[in-house]
Amino acid sequence: MNSTNKSWVTLSLLLLVIFIASWQLISMVLKNLPGPMPVAKTAYFFLSDPFYDNGPNDKGIGILALYSIGRLSVGFIAGSFVAIVLGVILGLNQTLYKAVNPYIQVLRAISPIAWMPLLLYSVQNSNATALLVVFMASVWPTLANTAFGVSNIKRDYISVSNILQIHPVSKVFRVILPGAGPTIVAGLRISMGSAWVAIVPAEALLGSLGLGYFVWNEWNNLSLTSVIFAILIIGLVGVLIDQLFNALARRLAYVD
Amino acid sequence: MSLLKVDGVSKFFPITGVKQPFCVFRDVSLRVEEGEFVSVLGHSGCGKSTLLNIIAGIDTANDGYVFLDSKEIIGAGLDRMVVFQNFALLPWLTVYGNIRIAVKAAHPDWDKSDIHAWVQKYINMVGLSGAESKRPSTLSGGMKQRVGLARAFSVEPRILLLDEPFAQIDALTRGVIQEELVRMWNATGITIFMVTHDVDEAILLSDRILLMSPGPEAQIREEIIIDLPRPRSRTTIIDDPLYYQLRNQIIKFLSNKNDTGLIAH
Repeated sequence: MNSTNKSWVTLSLLLLVIFIASWQLISMVLKNLPGPMPVAKTAYFFLSDPFYDNGPNDKGIGILALYSIGRLSVGFIAGSFVAIVLGVILGLNQTLYKAVNPYIQVLRAISPIAWMPLLLYSVQNSNATALLVVFMASVWPTLANTAFGVSNIKRDYISVSNILQIHPVSKVFRVILPGAGPTIVAGLRISMGSAWVAIVPAEALLGSLGLGYFVWNEWNNLSLTSVIFAILIIGLVGVLIDQLFNALARRLAYVD
Repeated sequence: MSLLKVDGVSKFFPITGVKQPFCVFRDVSLRVEEGEFVSVLGHSGCGKSTLLNIIAGIDTANDGYVFLDSKEIIGAGLDRMVVFQNFALLPWLTVYGNIRIAVKAAHPDWDKSDIHAWVQKYINMVGLSGAESKRPSTLSGGMKQRVGLARAFSVEPRILLLDEPFAQIDALTRGVIQEELVRMWNATGITIFMVTHDVDEAILLSDRILLMSPGPEAQIREEIIIDLPRPRSRTTIIDDPLYYQLRNQIIKFLSNKNDTGLIAH
């Protein structure tokens, strides 16, 4: 066990070295692309004081990341709540589920960014629009997974709760949600991924303070090292968030 | 007056593409008296589990009535607890949690300590103390069914419905749990209705056995009174000459039909 653990870590580090070396080589050919060293310098600069605040348009990368995470959390929690409630209702009603499912599949296929002009025009507020984009990105995968998970709970579990005459509210919280839990968390995880992907262009295009805004701002300043640094930060934050869902999935997993 | 009365119950399943629905069983009637242990013995597929589910209220009959305490049964209820062949434990709950959810459902007005004492009493009754915090997936089949029995007994139903409860338990453990069931039946005086395809199990446990003909259109054809003295045990019962007489009578009835879904050891 230990030796296999070590071997994947070694391989992983090796791949990182190969990646940085190739990046260095490519940047020597494509003169416009900043190499690893200038990006590292920029990273050092931003990370040495991540939480500085010099007014509305000049904030540290830590603060910007927190803005994005905050926006993500609000939109995601609202979207997930709606998705899980609707998903349970659909999952418990086969006729309704079959009737609504084609629309879910259509809505799910639409990039949340595609809604942005319409939302911005309707609500006339860029911050609210950014939240709504995250909301839109969060709803569909969780809704589809919740409805599927609930409608596929083993009949025995439902029979047991019927025989025990468990109160409908307890039945939802004690049987249906735990039974569909792993499927729901899988949906939440996909939703979170798609929301995090959507938030960057939403912030960039709407000018809402956050990591996406930072990327766009630095592009306008033609500071490519900062753009690359921001890309790395967006990826790392995404991984950290995904780890939370990984932990949640482990908690809710059960062996039948 | 009988505790359980099943009156002319029939069950049909629609078959796609065929006008005439498939008749599983027709016009089944039976009575179970208070405190009795009655088994329905029949071939696989004769619809005996469906009959049990109809009595439990988790399936519906197409015709006929079921009465418990002279009241017609509509839907499931805490007065009829089922012990399932595949245990049907909630896998995300522990042993303790699986029994507690039943106790809480039966006694919504109890406080925490009442519920705890009651849950613990039934865990001890089935010999699972020490395994309270285990998940069902980590238990053997025999231990899982002990949880199933504790869950059912803890609600103190009017009647216990056993759906081939020992079919998925290995032969050695099966005998032990069968004897524990008899002990719990004696201790509580509960009424038990069981469906099974195991001839020896039915003789060992039952006061009366109802023989069901194979489906389609299965019916209860014969009633056999098992007046072997109690307490019975697997080792002594086979010395009783009456045992073989009953066993042969049952096997003869069941083997008139060309079906092999029956266990005769």
